[in-house]
Amino acid sequence: MLLTAFWFFASLMILFGLSVVLLRNPVSCAMSLVLCFISLAALFVTLDATFIGIIQVLVYAGAVMVLFLFIIMLLDLKAEKSRRLNVGATLGGTLVVCGFLALLVRVIHSLPALSKPLPELPASQASDVKMIGFTLFHSFGLPFEVVGVLLLSATVGVVVLSRKTLR
Amino acid sequence: MTPTLANYLIASGLLFSVGLAGVLLRRSIIIIFMSLEMMLSAANLSLVAFSRYGLVSGHQNFNAQVLVFFIITVAAAEVAVGLAIIVSLFRARQTTHVEDLDTLKF
Repeated sequence: MLLTAFWFFASLMILFGLSVVLLRNPVSCAMSLVLCFISLAALFVTLDATFIGIIQVLVYAGAVMVLFLFIIMLLDLKAEKSRRLNVGATLGGTLVVCGFLALLVRVIHSLPALSKPLPELPASQASDVKMIGFTLFHSFGLPFEVVGVLLLSATVGVVVLSRKTLR
Repeated sequence: MTPTLANYLIASGLLFSVGLAGVLLRRSIIIIFMSLEMMLSAANLSLVAFSRYGLVSGHQNFNAQVLVFFIITVAAAEVAVGLAIIVSLFRARQTTHVEDLDTLKF
């Protein structure tokens, strides 16, 4: 059951990820990325990380992608015209990606500890949200505050950047 | 049958490579930015997989999930600033094509 869900959502995620790279129209790219992120959220749920899955749908597939679509519409981007491909860049890019994948598969297959089945969780575990909240405010208080300051400075920075005249 | 940690790591690595290919091959700055987001999410997937398979005293390792929470927050801030930069770039140069933006190229 879990294995079927894994294969289904993983292949869906890779498929939509590929269509982000291959499609020409920016709006269809953004919609594929939304579907890719929703499949990724489903993978998080198969890993018993329900809270992270929900955050992924709300923040990534919701807020961030709406922002992307908004900018695509605002700039009125048309589908990319097929220009002559830069052969060196294409070849180098394919080589780097294939090398990375080959190295990853080799490392993963050389470690037998990675092919253990899913360990059982205790039946009486507290809910996901409760445990994450406890960890967040118990051991990560300072980083939490720092992230708040980061969000504030990002907001101020965006307002400054989007003014008509930069002083 | 359950999926193994290796399955999740391969899926995460594949998503990362697709994003890397997008960054290297595409020429529109918005699509490059979307591919970057995909690479960040691939890192999140491997973090959550490690948190589920590496149990700490019988529980999932919630430190990893808190880290994923922070990564998502920082990524949201990064998207906001990045898109603002793209908009002001478009205002100045009327293009989002990376090959037209070569002022700093030696």
